[in-house]
Amino acid sequence: MRVALILPLVLPLAAAAISVALGRWPMARRTIGVGALAATVGASIALLALAADGTVVAGQVGGWEAPLGISLVVDTFSAIMLTVSAIMLLAVLVYAIGSPRTDDSGAFFHPVYLILAAGVSASFLTGDLFNLFVAFEITLTASYVLITFGGKRDQIRHGMTYIVISLLASTLFITAVGLVYAATGTVNMADLAVKLTEIDPGLRAGLGVLFLVVFGIKAALFPLFFWLPDAYPTAAAPVTAIFAGLLTKVGVYAIIRSHTLLFGESGPSNLLLVVAGLTMVTGVLGAIAQNDVKRILSFHIISQIGYMIFGLGLYSLAGLAATVFYIVHHIIVKTTLFLVGGLIEERTGTGALRKLGGLLHSSPLLAALFLLPALSLAGIPPLSGFVAKLALIQAGLDIGTYATVTVAIAVSALTLFSMTKIWAGVFWGDADEPPPLPGALVGSRLVFPRLMLGATIALVAAGLAFVGAAAPLYALGETAAAGLIDPTAYIAAVRSP
Amino acid sequence: MIAVMVVTIAVLYGTGAYLLLQRNLSRIVIGLALLGHGANLLLLIAGGGAGDAPIVGENPGPYADPLPQALALTAIVITFGVSAYLLALAYRSWLLTRTDEVEDDLEDRRIAEMTASRDRLSEEADEVVLEESPS
Repeated sequence: MRVALILPLVLPLAAAAISVALGRWPMARRTIGVGALAATVGASIALLALAADGTVVAGQVGGWEAPLGISLVVDTFSAIMLTVSAIMLLAVLVYAIGSPRTDDSGAFFHPVYLILAAGVSASFLTGDLFNLFVAFEITLTASYVLITFGGKRDQIRHGMTYIVISLLASTLFITAVGLVYAATGTVNMADLAVKLTEIDPGLRAGLGVLFLVVFGIKAALFPLFFWLPDAYPTAAAPVTAIFAGLLTKVGVYAIIRSHTLLFGESGPSNLLLVVAGLTMVTGVLGAIAQNDVKRILSFHIISQIGYMIFGLGLYSLAGLAATVFYIVHHIIVKTTLFLVGGLIEERTGTGALRKLGGLLHSSPLLAALFLLPALSLAGIPPLSGFVAKLALIQAGLDIGTYATVTVAIAVSALTLFSMTKIWAGVFWGDADEPPPLPGALVGSRLVFPRLMLGATIALVAAGLAFVGAAAPLYALGETAAAGLIDPTAYIAAVRSP
Repeated sequence: MIAVMVVTIAVLYGTGAYLLLQRNLSRIVIGLALLGHGANLLLLIAGGGAGDAPIVGENPGPYADPLPQALALTAIVITFGVSAYLLALAYRSWLLTRTDEVEDDLEDRRIAEMTASRDRLSEEADEVVLEESPS
């Protein structure tokens, strides 16, 4: 099998083990962590280069043939996801190292973060439902530690909600895997793609809905989103940023993969379209009602997930290509916004809108760093959000789903409204109450830790570069979508490696 | 044998779901453990009925399917690890709050405190009345 296939999984995992052993030397740990993630970025880009033309690369760990062996598969879609997530993981780790509020010298931060990285990579690489479960568990277990990192009362309270709901989802997942095995006798996804078409259609639909619920909890779909806005804002800034950017998107990836490969019907799915519309609306209404930077942004994650599911629900080439493009745009922009939120918190000690104000004068750079991704999120031309939303809406109009298209446009306007709410609260005007760290605010220039600022600037720049390269990237999205709609190549690559 | 297993699984899922809906963290932890057991047994019977030979050597004949057992084993290990973490977290929560109950939301908590203080005031008023009344 190809070595590159296993590198994005093994590199962070090995680095995590070394990082545990290097407990006494914080500098060495940082070097190992950053080095391993940089190498993961390299390996992911190599895989993307292999899979960019629609080739499916498959390998069997341990040399057992599929469907018995452990299949690792990379197609264009998973290669894109691998690359983007590896870049985000690297940028956020640099940010976390630079952040004085995140104590990365403690015993666990680096190893756990690297394990999270391995889990995310494994979710994108695996070609086997049970291993998808294991990959989810690796990611989740690491996230349980990170979300309660610091052990403060609020973190424990909200982390508990997150952990219990995730565990319930995991139990449902393993139940669904058991039922699928009982029905078909295999858990290999390529094998299932064939065998699921041979069983009773009612049973197949039932299993499909069960998986949709499981992944819907992880992806925070309506009506299963309620845990997210509670859990995310209490964690440390870099942790929230990486959760916001990646973890729900792992759920979205699983929904897309299972819907296209295993349970999809050809043609638009009304269930998904309705769920998508409701997710968009609920998320954005929740965001408007909030008064805290991180909470507003957390509700926006939910709203944006709706857009991704919208494209999947259309189940057309254009719709899926737009979804792939949207996911990449969203991961970059959302992570950046949370990093900016972290910078605000770093210097003022709060994210509450009434305690903030006038940051435009004390740090014009920060204002610019917020404004670009915020406008992109709302879909203002010519930023990446505009391209992504335009593609989705066009795909929707092609199919003729006018109701969901209308909802998508309205939600877009409301998104802009809630972004201006942050802008007006944080960057304009005066604070109603003094922030906890007032010395850093009034009249003086804000100076940020260099690494934090550097990582944020790099991601804003990546967001802008994304617009510049929109045409080739959209073509890549179309290749990915073609592979999703017609999984023959995927199935063939796994079954006869 | 399958019927016994099916009933056991149904009971485990049922009691697990019931305990998960309680306010006490200890019950939630036990509920999740029961759900996990149910899921593991489900994996086990997904491989077929009991009584077949294990897959050893090259004997012909029907074998017990080894894959679900491997799956269940993995699932058990994961449930074990996560339960241990959850217990540690429940203990931490108890250290911080001195109660086993899951706290309410911030907003809920504020409303509950208002109600509690009102109740306390009226109780104190009752006590004063009791002390003043001749016994």
